[in-house]
Amino acid sequence: MTQLTNQTDGQADGPLEEIAAGFSRPLPQGIAPEDLVDYYRRMITIRTIDERIWMMNRQGKVPIAASGQGHEAAQLGALLAAEKDGNCFHFPYYRDLSIKMGAGLTPTQVMLSFMGKEGDPYSNARQFPLQGADLAHNVIQTSNVVAAQLTHSVGYALGCKMQGDDQVIFVYFGDGASSQGETHEAMNFAGVHRLPVIFICENNGYAISVPQRMQMAIGDVANRAEGYGFPGIIVDGLDLLASYEACREAIPHARREGPVLLEMKLERLMPHTTDDDDSRYRPREEIEAVRERDPVVSFGNFMLEQGYLTEEQEEEIRAEARRAVNEATDFADAAQPPDASNLHENVYAP
Amino acid sequence: MAVKSVIEAVREAMREEMQRDERVFVLGEDVGWRGGVFLATQGFIEEFGPERVIDMPLAEASIMGIALGASFRGMRPIPEVEFADFLWPAVNQLIGEAARVCYGTNGSVNAPVTIRIPYGGGIRGGLFHSQNVEAYFFHTPGLKVVAPCTPYDAKGLLKSAIRDNNPVVFLEHKKTYRLVRGDVPEEEYVLPIGEAEVKRPGQNITVVSYGLMVHYCLEAAEQLAAEGVADVEVVDLRTLKPLDTETVLESVKKTGKLLVVHEDNITGGVGSEIAALAADQAFDYLDAPVARVCGPDVPTMPFAQTLEDAYMPSTQKITEALRNLAAY
Repeated sequence: MTQLTNQTDGQADGPLEEIAAGFSRPLPQGIAPEDLVDYYRRMITIRTIDERIWMMNRQGKVPIAASGQGHEAAQLGALLAAEKDGNCFHFPYYRDLSIKMGAGLTPTQVMLSFMGKEGDPYSNARQFPLQGADLAHNVIQTSNVVAAQLTHSVGYALGCKMQGDDQVIFVYFGDGASSQGETHEAMNFAGVHRLPVIFICENNGYAISVPQRMQMAIGDVANRAEGYGFPGIIVDGLDLLASYEACREAIPHARREGPVLLEMKLERLMPHTTDDDDSRYRPREEIEAVRERDPVVSFGNFMLEQGYLTEEQEEEIRAEARRAVNEATDFADAAQPPDASNLHENVYAP
Repeated sequence: MAVKSVIEAVREAMREEMQRDERVFVLGEDVGWRGGVFLATQGFIEEFGPERVIDMPLAEASIMGIALGASFRGMRPIPEVEFADFLWPAVNQLIGEAARVCYGTNGSVNAPVTIRIPYGGGIRGGLFHSQNVEAYFFHTPGLKVVAPCTPYDAKGLLKSAIRDNNPVVFLEHKKTYRLVRGDVPEEEYVLPIGEAEVKRPGQNITVVSYGLMVHYCLEAAEQLAAEGVADVEVVDLRTLKPLDTETVLESVKKTGKLLVVHEDNITGGVGSEIAALAADQAFDYLDAPVARVCGPDVPTMPFAQTLEDAYMPSTQKITEALRNLAAY
């Protein structure tokens, strides 16, 4: 039923090879041109707000942000496959703006969260931006502790199974998190019980400043899946359609046969967070080269080249995103932070 | 009424809650066919099947993390840690994560997990089978911490813990498992979390304790009563968090003298908070400095009998402290 196989040679194979070869191919199964336009619109809005958040940090209005720039295609590809399936749940991490916003938050909600204002949908400004839970859109991220979400996602999948729900659980983490013991424990248990979990490693090659060669002795995190008895696939995470296709295939596999590890190879276009200076550990040439691989730019070019968008429509989408983000920024800037009396609320559930 | 041991009461509480609510399940090392290292889940896999009695890989962080994730989905897991000493790999998931779920989601997600932890010494367990771990959880907002000492309390409180919508650290003193027996009603009952109990009323000195030490305090109180030295009131906290400050203060205000007893290390222990509570809210009622009989500041009771005895608070040590307070 599935074409998922273990990868050990660091290369995409079969249908994924075609994906890696470029965009000059028919659209993947289940995708209509209007889906692409919709997803391009989401991508542009997310990128626009990501850039604005960074700017607002420099203005002293956003205390901290982890940029998702470079990760958009992988995250939106997964989200698109999950939406098409209709019964998925997400356990993202702190660099997953495209999952959290793409899943349905308005620019205003996102800006309220980043500015720490009343109305932040995730935690009402108790946590760093967009951390907590957005149950309306099937998203939970309770913590900043790297890899803590992996065991949560596996436990959630176990709960679904016990309740007879065939929901598929997506859990996202970076290459840095792949070193954590809990990552091993989560994958091991998911493998033993064949739980419907799709592990998505967004491998941007850096754990803050530590490059992959200092994190692990192997080239591909995907190889580790074999040790847990399930497939590990390498995916071009800079390509929305490749990411979508891998997740689309992974969903029924997860549901029927158990976990899948997808290693999305991608780039971190920005420093780790607004508090980081990547020039201390990344050569200038590397940073510049990485920016040439921007997945938003390449998806836009694909949309134009393939005729899914005209230049005029593309400019309209950008203008609309700027307008929405401007409006959201003004609204959030004028909004109030939570009243100090909220400090003692919800320490315990009733 | 039937006379039961603490471990039988624990087993009954879980079995009844699993029969009552299909969301309740147990997971841990050896909880299945082995029935748990202390046999707390004996017969469960036969009755409830392997789907609700899950033998876990030997990896404590995931036992707690997976329990937590299942609770997000609306399940009510009861993870078991074999010994408190093996809990530490799971502490991030307990203190770092579980305690912050409700607060960090502004109340939209709950974590109804009851983690059962056999703890405590006096059993020749050495450094890694004797530990007292309560202070770490007592310090952590978002958790509830329960530490019963009788079969009746253990059953009623465990049932409440399983029904609670918050993470509950349920501490079972290993030495009480088979040593302490008592009446347990046949009919259904629960005991509220957060209520201490006066286990022995008295007029002259208040002793506040929990767990195994409550029994030693009761012995000491009887001895002093027999000698005509003092009429000692013994308060069993039963729940450490939330602390029943009202019962403690009411007793201290009545007697004017306070002794706190626990097996855990003295510095920064539960007793420090009880002493601070008395100083803060019952200062004018105190007729003597607050006294403490607690474990010394060494890392757990050692294996050798001599060293373990030197560590453990005992009826004799408690009696001496009470004599000093009575004479003050």
